[in-house]
Amino acid sequence: MTTEAKGKYNVIGTRPIRHDGYDKVTGRAIYGADIKLPSLLQGAVLRSPHAHARIKSIDTAAAKALAGVSAVITSADFPGAHDTLVDLGEGAINFRYASNNVMAGDKVLYKGQPVAAVAALDKNTALEAAALIKVDYEVLKPVSTVMEALKPGAPIVLEDLEGQDLGEKIDGQTNQANHIRHEFGDVEKGFAEADIVIEREFDTAMVHQGYIEPHNATATWDEEDRITIWTSTQGSFPTRRQTAGILRVPDSSVKVIPLEIGGGFGGKIPSYLEPVAAILSRETGRPVKLLMERTSVFESTGPTPGTWMSAKVGVKNDGTITAATADLRFDAGAYPGSPVGAGMMCVFSCYDIPNTRIDGYDVVVNKPKTAAYRAPGATQAAYAMETVVDEICEKLGMDPLEFRIKNAAKEGTRRADGPIHPIIGAIQTHEAAKASDHWNTPLEKNGPDGKLRGRGIASGYWFNIGLKSAVTISVNEDGTVALTEGSTDIGGSRASIAMMAAEVLGIAAEDVRPHVADSEGIGYTDVTGGSRTTYATGYAAHDAAQDVVVQLRERAAKLWDVETDEIEFANGNYQSKSDPELRLTHKELASKLGSTGGPVVGSASVDPEGAGGAYSTQICDIEIDPETGKTDVIRYTIVQDVGTAIHPSYVEGQMQGAVAQGIGWALNEEYFLNDDGAMVNSSFLDYRMPTSLDLPEIETIIVEVPNPGHPFGVRGVGEVPIVPPVATVANAIHDALGVRLRTTPMNAGSILSALAAKK
Amino acid sequence: MVEKVRVRATLNGEPVDFLVAPYVSLLDTLRDELGLTGTKEGCNDGNCGACTVNLDGRIVDSCCVLGAEIDGSTVETIEGMAEPGKLHPLQQAFLEEAALQCGICTPGFLISAKALLDTEPHPSEDRIRFWLAGNLCRCTGYDKIVKAVQKAAESA
Amino acid sequence: MHPFEYVRATSVDEAIAALAKHGERARPLAGGTDALVMARAGRWELDALVDIKHIAETNVLELGSSEFRMGSAVACYRVYEDEQVAAKFPGLVDSASIIGGIQIQSRAGLGGNLCNASPSGDGIGALIVHNTTCVIAGPNGTREVAVEDFCTGPGRSVLEHGEFLVEMKMPMPQKGFGAAYERFTPRNEMDIAVAGVASSVQLDGDTIVSARVALAAVGPTPILSSAGDLLAGKEATAENISAAAQAASADASPISDMRGTAEQRIHLVGVLTRRTLERAVERARENN
Repeated sequence: MTTEAKGKYNVIGTRPIRHDGYDKVTGRAIYGADIKLPSLLQGAVLRSPHAHARIKSIDTAAAKALAGVSAVITSADFPGAHDTLVDLGEGAINFRYASNNVMAGDKVLYKGQPVAAVAALDKNTALEAAALIKVDYEVLKPVSTVMEALKPGAPIVLEDLEGQDLGEKIDGQTNQANHIRHEFGDVEKGFAEADIVIEREFDTAMVHQGYIEPHNATATWDEEDRITIWTSTQGSFPTRRQTAGILRVPDSSVKVIPLEIGGGFGGKIPSYLEPVAAILSRETGRPVKLLMERTSVFESTGPTPGTWMSAKVGVKNDGTITAATADLRFDAGAYPGSPVGAGMMCVFSCYDIPNTRIDGYDVVVNKPKTAAYRAPGATQAAYAMETVVDEICEKLGMDPLEFRIKNAAKEGTRRADGPIHPIIGAIQTHEAAKASDHWNTPLEKNGPDGKLRGRGIASGYWFNIGLKSAVTISVNEDGTVALTEGSTDIGGSRASIAMMAAEVLGIAAEDVRPHVADSEGIGYTDVTGGSRTTYATGYAAHDAAQDVVVQLRERAAKLWDVETDEIEFANGNYQSKSDPELRLTHKELASKLGSTGGPVVGSASVDPEGAGGAYSTQICDIEIDPETGKTDVIRYTIVQDVGTAIHPSYVEGQMQGAVAQGIGWALNEEYFLNDDGAMVNSSFLDYRMPTSLDLPEIETIIVEVPNPGHPFGVRGVGEVPIVPPVATVANAIHDALGVRLRTTPMNAGSILSALAAKK
Repeated sequence: MVEKVRVRATLNGEPVDFLVAPYVSLLDTLRDELGLTGTKEGCNDGNCGACTVNLDGRIVDSCCVLGAEIDGSTVETIEGMAEPGKLHPLQQAFLEEAALQCGICTPGFLISAKALLDTEPHPSEDRIRFWLAGNLCRCTGYDKIVKAVQKAAESA
Repeated sequence: MHPFEYVRATSVDEAIAALAKHGERARPLAGGTDALVMARAGRWELDALVDIKHIAETNVLELGSSEFRMGSAVACYRVYEDEQVAAKFPGLVDSASIIGGIQIQSRAGLGGNLCNASPSGDGIGALIVHNTTCVIAGPNGTREVAVEDFCTGPGRSVLEHGEFLVEMKMPMPQKGFGAAYERFTPRNEMDIAVAGVASSVQLDGDTIVSARVALAAVGPTPILSSAGDLLAGKEATAENISAAAQAASADASPISDMRGTAEQRIHLVGVLTRRTLERAVERARENN
């Protein structure tokens, strides 16, 4: 089921070919790794083989002496790390930690942490040179899980970490960076009122975003100490800020030129290679390109936390939730800053619960520093909550959708962490799931060859963010417009942004030429992430187009020698309110700009607050071979409230892609560590992401509850779809086999163990 | 010092004649020596298909082939798929069906899908999924890719 | 990665000479899907890769009256796209069609899969249950080795430096012969066996005259299981197959690693042995 252009929109809701499409299907599009520059050197990074070690010395002499090597650097070549907390939009970073993460200082805290880097004439020479660098390590005992890290006597990851517990400083060394709590009402009273209380514990493995394009960065550092970076990034401005901060230069000394990007999902927000490439360029006086190997993408970038969680929910016999608590303990990786806060914001947000308490722990461990992965923290939290809800529905004998509708959060409901929900579409999403063909098609529980089938359902929430975007629009004399924006395009967003401008201007989507500018070509724009791009940059495009309309009205007024107030813009025409003979189309007026004052350039800069929040409810049919534990997802439906679907094909694409990631997360993906705390499955062979043969058709049902906080009703769509799938699959496994798995991945081995234990 | 070797082959219908170090992969040869960056690196170990090209009529992971090995062979890359001013039906179908989001896997998928339709003009959905399982996509969930291949097959 | 030369051999002698020139710092190159990855990962330090794909003998794919010959460089796709080979050797097709994906199968072959000597090699078990003989060429001439003796440890084989596998030969299937290979993998393709079993039976009526069962990924090398001998002379009943499956499980000596636990693998061997024996029997019955 899809949306056609509503009566009220001409462009919004249609499916034009995306503006960058031709370049991308012909191989012409230039991604970060494709850039070529004169005198370019190739770089390589040497990374720690140990999960936890002190660096006693680094001897670079042999590497420097290798023919073809231009420079070898270590942290000694970086400016001193300094403690400064800077807001990047999607989370703040401490520059000292960010600097050490980019090039280790005196300690390495995870396998894969950079310790040195080389620039050479070709890639192979750079790799050979890196292998000649001698690092003397004192290997230390690593700690790999949250619960191990919190035990007294655990190895201390960050010796100077100032841990916090509910606002109080922790005395002495600790791996607990923070413990925060949201509390509302009286949970003890609420549980006492409940007829059924269920409490469960969960363990989830660290997983990676899995984008197909490895990280890359190319840099020049010139004679004026101006740095230019070409990179695949989710935000030129955040990259600029991080790079400048780590290099201790003003932001304005760094120009970031974003090339096309091959996936991010949050993982390409942090800077890993940019500062290293810049320093190598400073040392060599030439441009330097760094490309990450796939192994390093897994070991040295920003996966999402592994967790330990508990969730407790109390209900009355009529299905009313009376109280709920959650304890979410996330591993932050080597430096603080896991998305446990976001997980806390989402864990109960599908529901209206009068008494809640949510504890969240941010814990450092000897694993790579975690980064955002598409609704960060919420997938883990939903796994806990939605499977406990499933158990409750089973005990109550209540239909899981009826339960969700009965307890649904709606406009005015207080979210557990405080904010009041504006207009939201939770109930509508559940109703659409209830009416879906999938839900109404009975599932035959016995499959062929002794396989067993089951159906699961789960829901999820993501708050979505707004933040800052700028757009400028210039009108060409033939009526087409050039639209400049700063949101790097990971999934087709420039088309949706162009469509919104076209809608306002009364022109076709094809008559907008969108362009993603570099950090000197457009006003500050926050990350492409947080499900904010269509919302906030679209908002800016809308406002910039309105600005154009105002200026075109002024030009028409000038042409006809009347007051601007006399001119209205209606049905694509600029016309005089009093004299219907005075009318020009947008195209006709555009041709007269030269004679009425020159080009018309509209602009807007926004920081909108009303992002709205989104819901998704998902249904999964699974088939399991009880002899081998092999699972196959045989049918999947995702229902999602998108506010207004600007380009329905790309909205559907976001929904389907997130489901695929969630299925992989549920069934097979994990960071498998050996006893030394090192990841051993850092390849696409053993880090198992679904192939086309591992997934069914993914049916999408778009629900539209327009968001009043956006001129076209847009809600962010990119993240909420990844929130329910792990729980959905878990609930389906239970329906098929009668066992509940509370550890991810829920792979064949764990299914076989659970079946054996059941006997 | 290992010397470069001379390679003569047919690339996208035209003769090429170049030098390349013998230990350099076909992927790196295309991207660095021959300036054709449409073929992408995803993993460099034969597990993602982003580097897929057509070598002597068969799709291969170009990261697992040496540039030196193609001496005397015929290679087709994404750059050769469209005719001047006219997309291949698969490329057109990918655009119409929105079968790409970030686009990094797209060249590999197009080369793989073309090889399928060139030998099996009307494959079933299962056959399409089986054939394309050597190409990983992380953005789309494959749904629209499969639909695009079906659409291109129908339009032929 | 240590820079290496590329040498294209056009005859067996040329290949032997090129390998001899570099000793243990040269390796033969067939499909390249393992070799290039290993070289790049620094598992070997090489001065030369000797391409053996352009030698007539390594490309042989010949169904004779009593013997089937497959050259060491024959890629997987040739096995399943050749209608006659596929019809005669469905057990080999089982393996050839699941190594990697289509791109890998365009280049990789059962010969290279064997020489790579991975404990989880999908082709090796199938070769074992087809009673394959390996023909090896080297500076001292040619020698033959039974395929079940070829692998000596993880990544190690009887090949000495300077030798290379030229071809594999096996008896043409008699009436009443059937074989099958099945593995367990978490994904449906592009994966590596957690456990794999190949089985073959020679039936005379309902009696199993002889059988072979080979296990993959449950020991340092592929294992020729005692289960085959257990079945010799017995009826092809569910009970006997089940006993054979148990024997196969007992022969397995797997480790626990990132792909699975030992317990899981032992269990899977039992399941897969039963399934492949059933399919082998089914194919044997059809093949009369």
